Amino acid sequence: MNSFTYTQADAVDTAVDERASDLTAKFIAGGTNLIDLMKENVERPTRLIDITRLPMATISETLEGGLRLGALVTNADTAYDERIIQRYPLLSQTILAGASPQLRNMATDGGNLMQRTRCYYFYDLATPCNKREPGSGCSALNGFNRIHAILGTRTQGSDGQLAEPNCIATHPSDMCVALAALEAVVRVTGKNGERSIPFAEFHKLPGDTPHIDNTLESDEIITAIDLPAKGFPDNFMYLKLRDRASYAFALVSVAAALELENGNITDARIALGGVAHKPWRKPEAEALLVGKPATKENFQAAAEALLAGAQGYGHNTFKIELAKRAIVRALGQAAKLEPTA
Amino acid sequence: MSPPLDKRAPSLPPLHTVTLTVNGKETQLKLSPWTSLLDALREYMDLTGTKKGCDHGQCGACTVLLDGKRINSCMTLAIMQEGKQITTIEGLAPTPDELHPLQQAFIDHDAFQCGYCTPGQICSAVGMMNEGRVKTTADIRELMSGNICRCGAYTNIVDAIEEVINKQTA
Repeated sequence: MNSFTYTQADAVDTAVDERASDLTAKFIAGGTNLIDLMKENVERPTRLIDITRLPMATISETLEGGLRLGALVTNADTAYDERIIQRYPLLSQTILAGASPQLRNMATDGGNLMQRTRCYYFYDLATPCNKREPGSGCSALNGFNRIHAILGTRTQGSDGQLAEPNCIATHPSDMCVALAALEAVVRVTGKNGERSIPFAEFHKLPGDTPHIDNTLESDEIITAIDLPAKGFPDNFMYLKLRDRASYAFALVSVAAALELENGNITDARIALGGVAHKPWRKPEAEALLVGKPATKENFQAAAEALLAGAQGYGHNTFKIELAKRAIVRALGQAAKLEPTA
Repeated sequence: MSPPLDKRAPSLPPLHTVTLTVNGKETQLKLSPWTSLLDALREYMDLTGTKKGCDHGQCGACTVLLDGKRINSCMTLAIMQEGKQITTIEGLAPTPDELHPLQQAFIDHDAFQCGYCTPGQICSAVGMMNEGRVKTTADIRELMSGNICRCGAYTNIVDAIEEVINKQTA
């Protein structure tokens, strides 16, 4: 770990000022990802600003009938909150599918959004990585890429042709997959005041700037995550596929939420984890389901639409078929057409 | 070839005075900001019961209780834990002559081989019982998944924990 100084912030405004005056400083809360990356010398902040004393550690009602998760609420306290269990069981189930109890007790909801990728090459200082050192190259593209992305990796060049990816890393979060499906809103504060970022616009695709994970400005801090009133408490499923039954990152995961009336789908949300640089959603694929009966055939059509344009890079090519099957199964489980275990 | 790391000549920032409350006792330490809670316990307070396994939050050997909640002590800075009640394996037994029920159950069930993961397993099990979410044996396996035992004593570990939970709820 590099040498750094440590300060405690006592107000959101002063935390923002401190960070704005020194962009080599980083905020620390749960620290479960940042400290690990610092031990690996991947992150080398000159200063840590401890934000754990800021007043953003509660879950409260919003005027719109939803819930506001303070950025410092731990993953465990969120997953086990009675209001979350009753009104957003998809979120509770998703959080509990991730990490370990010890990590969930420390990790915060705001910090979960800020997790860096678990790409082995991002962690390995001996290899090129466009996310760690922009312009150095992507080692995963022709390397071991079993855990890597199959969607949103290629960008259109100026000639209109799809260019080689700059980065095929995935976003590692489970929680964010459910937040994408629930259309959460990220509340942030910076030098220019507060703003709200729709969840779909918070994380970005790698494009030409894979070193930037999200659309947060450098002086901004996440203060809360708002859940809209609609929580799909009756028909939901988080299906996580991984190399062991517990405590592993997803190869592919699906957060599925349905609203049903007499067996017909009136609203559908599908978000994928483990397949892209951000939780993957495609509203067109969800729209295919609306007004139709909850059948395996209709789920299959949605799965095909969601995976359209998917590209494998060798070791991870299996994810394309795996993701389609996982979508069909998760939707079937959400619709209670098949057992959940 | 990748660009060189942005290397800075190390200049040590001044040590911080950090007061930790461990097993009910307050201790004042002079620590660098980067000293993990695990290193503070082991290297500065001689509480070597808490073990360093992976030092990356993956194995659970360093599990301690923070205000009754289980955490990985390797993944947090000591300086961030002032004012918290920290409990380590050394602080679980009610008196010096008695064992915590989980310690006794681990012995009774031979729930270890080398014993390196045991302090973390036991602290984690205490934390799990505080959480009160266990209904089935499968729940124990899932909720203890943050503690790795490379000797593979899992069957007996689960038996030991289950016995204590059953006795408590009987």
